[in-house]
Amino acid sequence: MSSRIRWLGQSIASGLFAALVTAAPAIPQAQAQGNLRIGMTANDVPMTWGQPDNGFEGYRTPGLMLYDALINFDLTSAEKPSGLIPGLAESWEVSKTEPTKWTFKLRKGVTFHDGSDFNADAVLFNMERLFNDKSPQYSARMVSLTNFRLPAYKSVKKIDDYTVEFETKAADAFWPFQICYVLLASPKQWEATGKDWAKFADKPAGTGPWKLTALKARELAEFVPNKEHWDKARIPKLDKITLIPMPDPSARTAALLSGQVDWIEAPSPDAMKKIKSSGFEIVSNIYPHIWSWHLSRVDGSPWNDIRVRKAANLAIDRKGIIELLGGYGVEASGHVVKADPWYGAPTFDLKTDIEAAKKLLADAGYGASKPVKIKMLISASGSGQMLPLQMNEYIQQNLKAVGIEVEYEVVEWQALLDLWRAGGKSPQIKGAHGVNISYTTQDPYSSFHRFLRSDLHAPAGVNFGFYNDPEMDKLLAAAQTAFDAKELNSALAKVHTKMVDDALFVWVVHDVAPRAMSKKVKGFVQSRNWFQSLSSVSMDK
Amino acid sequence: MLSYILRRLLYTIPIALGVTIFVFALIHLSGDPINAVVAPDATAETVEKLRKDYGFDKPLPLQYLLWLSKAVQGDFGQSIVNSRPVLGTLLQAVPNTLMLATCATFIGFALGAFLGGLAGYYQGSIVDKLATGFGIAGVSVPHYWLGMVLVIIFAVELQMLPATGMGPGGSSSWRWDWLHIKHLILPAVTLSVIPCGIITRTVRATVAEILSQEFVQALRAKGLMHGQVMRHVIRNSAPTVLAVMGLQLGYLLGGSILVETVFNWPGTGYLLNDAIFRRDIPMLQGTILLLAMFFVVLNLLVDILQTWIDPRMRRS
Repeated sequence: MSSRIRWLGQSIASGLFAALVTAAPAIPQAQAQGNLRIGMTANDVPMTWGQPDNGFEGYRTPGLMLYDALINFDLTSAEKPSGLIPGLAESWEVSKTEPTKWTFKLRKGVTFHDGSDFNADAVLFNMERLFNDKSPQYSARMVSLTNFRLPAYKSVKKIDDYTVEFETKAADAFWPFQICYVLLASPKQWEATGKDWAKFADKPAGTGPWKLTALKARELAEFVPNKEHWDKARIPKLDKITLIPMPDPSARTAALLSGQVDWIEAPSPDAMKKIKSSGFEIVSNIYPHIWSWHLSRVDGSPWNDIRVRKAANLAIDRKGIIELLGGYGVEASGHVVKADPWYGAPTFDLKTDIEAAKKLLADAGYGASKPVKIKMLISASGSGQMLPLQMNEYIQQNLKAVGIEVEYEVVEWQALLDLWRAGGKSPQIKGAHGVNISYTTQDPYSSFHRFLRSDLHAPAGVNFGFYNDPEMDKLLAAAQTAFDAKELNSALAKVHTKMVDDALFVWVVHDVAPRAMSKKVKGFVQSRNWFQSLSSVSMDK
Repeated sequence: MLSYILRRLLYTIPIALGVTIFVFALIHLSGDPINAVVAPDATAETVEKLRKDYGFDKPLPLQYLLWLSKAVQGDFGQSIVNSRPVLGTLLQAVPNTLMLATCATFIGFALGAFLGGLAGYYQGSIVDKLATGFGIAGVSVPHYWLGMVLVIIFAVELQMLPATGMGPGGSSSWRWDWLHIKHLILPAVTLSVIPCGIITRTVRATVAEILSQEFVQALRAKGLMHGQVMRHVIRNSAPTVLAVMGLQLGYLLGGSILVETVFNWPGTGYLLNDAIFRRDIPMLQGTILLLAMFFVVLNLLVDILQTWIDPRMRRS
C-alpha cells in the first residue's frame, strides 16, 4: 500500500508541475515613458519600403510615419473634412493652355532619414519605380499596390532640381488626390541596401516624421521621432512607437485590457462596453467610409427598377444596425456624409419608412404573392467590412418585412473581391444581383468615377453593376475637368445628388473608425480621414 | 536497422512530391493567384503586366517545375507578398513553433500519462471516471475557444500572464527568463489539451490491458513490490504511448494555426494562416512542404525509438 501511495505521490508531483508554473507570480512589465504600443488589425507589419500593403491601414501606419508624399492630406482637425495640403511639394498648378501638364515646385532643404537630399531626381526615381519596368528600381509588388490609385499618370520630367512636371493621360483634376498615394523613398538608401527593396524595407529612409529602428516580420516594428522633420509642427512628442500586428479582434482586445498595448485599432463591437467599463477610451469620428450594397444593373436585375432600389433604402433600420455596432456608426444618407462638400442636395431622404417602401414595391408590381427576389454576394469578414454577417442578416429581415426576399451567397473575402472585379455579367457570380463591399470615399475617383463611369465596366474597371447613364457620364466628366477647388466640389456635389436621387446603391452606415486606447494616451486628434497623424500624441505618466 | 532507415528516408521523396503537387493544384483551384497580389480595382492592363512579372502567365506544369527545380537546390523563392526569401522566413518561424509544440507535448504527455495511469490502474472507480472525463473534454474542447477563455481569465481578469506575443522584444529577443516564459504558458497549455486528452485515453487503455495480462499476475505472485510491478507496466506501455506522442507532436507542429493566431505566436502556423489568406503561393508551398517533412521525420524517429525500447519490434 505504501509503495502505491508513493507512486501516486510522485505522479501528482510531476503532474502538478504545469499548474505550479502557471500560478507563479507575474512580474509587472516596465513601460518606458512616451512609448506608445499600438495593436494593428493587419496580419503582418505593413511593408516599410515606401508603398505599403494592407490597404489604408498600411498607409496610416507605418506608411505616412516613415514617408511623405508630394501632397499630403491635412490631418490636423477632427471637425472639418481633411483637404489637401503641401507635402514635399510646396505648390502645384495645372497648365492653363495644356491641362494635362502639372508643375510641382518641390520643397528645398528636406533630407531623407539617411541624410541624402530630397530633390527632383528623387521624385523621378520613385515614379520610375512604379511606371518604368526597364528601370532597376522597378518593383512589380509596389506596382500592384499603388498604380491602380494613379489612373491619370502618363509621365514625369525634371524641369530643374526642385521642379518637376507631370503629364496626365487626359485633363484630370483628380491628379493632386492621386499623387498623395505615392510615398517618396530615398534613392541613396536603396543603393546602400544593395538595390534590393526587401533589404531596404529593413532599413528604410523616407522623409516622414518617424524613423524605423526595429522590424520583426509578423511581430513588431519600432519607430523613434525624426527630430529633423521639415515640418516642425509634425515632429513627434513621443519617444517611441511600437506597432504590433494583431489580426484577431479578441486578441487585440485582450492585449489592451491586459495592458500589453496602449491602443488598438477596430475593437470588436461586442467588446465596447467591457473596454469602456475597464477604464479605456473609445475615440471615433466620421471618415470617408461607406458600408453599402453595390447593385447589379445588368438585364434582368430587379435593381433596374428605381422603385425597388428606393424601397430597399427605405426599408432598412439603420438605427438598429448602429446598435448592433455597439453604437459606433452614422446612419447613411448617401454615399458620403452630409457634412462632406461633395454631398450636394439630394431630395431622396434615406429614412426608414416601411409604408412608403411597400407602396413603391406595390407600384412596381410586387406584393405578398409576388415578392422581389434578390441574391447578394457577401463575405463573413474582410477589410472594412465591419460585421458583415450580422449586418446582412439584419438587413435581410428588414427587407423581408416590405416584400424583398434576399438570398445570400457567402464567400471568402478574397474570393468576394475576385467576383467583384469579374463584374455583374460574369458567369462566376452565378446570377447574383449585387455585392456587399464597403468603400472608401477618400478621393473623387475612388468615391464615384470607378463605380459610375460607363467606360469602366468590368473587367476594364470596377463598375461592377454595368451602370450606364450618359447624363451621369457628363457630370463625371465635368467633375474630372474642374480644376478650381470650389468648382470641383460643386461638380462632385451634382454627381452625388444624382447618385442618391437615383438610389444607385443601397446605403446603410458610415463607419466611424472606433479605436480604443488607454487614458494615458493624450493629444490624439482623429481626423476625418483614413490616415491619421501620431505626431501630436503623448503618454501621461 | 540502417537499411530500414534509408528505405524510410527514400519514401519521403514521393511524399514530398505528392504534397507539393497537391498544394500547388489546390491553390490554383481556389482562384487566380494574381488576384491576391493586385489591388481589387487594378486595371486589366496592370493585372496582365503583373501576371507576366510574377510568372503566372506560364503553363501550370511549367510553373510547378520551375519552382521544384529551385526548391531541390534549397531556394524556395520569395514571398509574393513582401518579397522576403521564403526559406529565411521559415527558418525564423520554425524554432518558435518547435518551442511551443515541444512544451505543449511535454505538458500533454506529463498530464496525460499521469491521468491515464490513474484511470487505468483504478479502472471503474470515480478516479477513472474523472480522468476519462477529462480526456474526453480534452479532445472535444476547441483550441480556439479554450485559448480565448484562458486569455480572459489569466490575462484580462487576473492580469497574471500576457495575452499575446513572444515577449516585449519579439521572438529574436527570446530568453529563458520569467519575462519571456510567461508568454509561452497560455499558448502551450492551450495547445496541450488535445494531446493530453488523447494520451490520457491511450495510457488508460494500455495500462488496463497490461494489468490484466498474466505476466503481471506472475510478477505479483513472485512478491514484487507494487512500484516494481508498475515499472514493468510502464515499460510495456511505453511503445504505444511514444507512438501516440510522436504523432501528436507532428500534429502540433502543423496544426497550431488557430492557437498561434489567437496568441500572435510567430511560428509556422501563423505564417501559414497569413499565407493562406493572401494566397502567397511560394510561402504556402514552402511552409507546407516543411511541415509535411516534419511529420514524416517524426514518424521515422518514433519508429526508431519504439524499436530501441522494445526489441520484439526489431525482431518482427
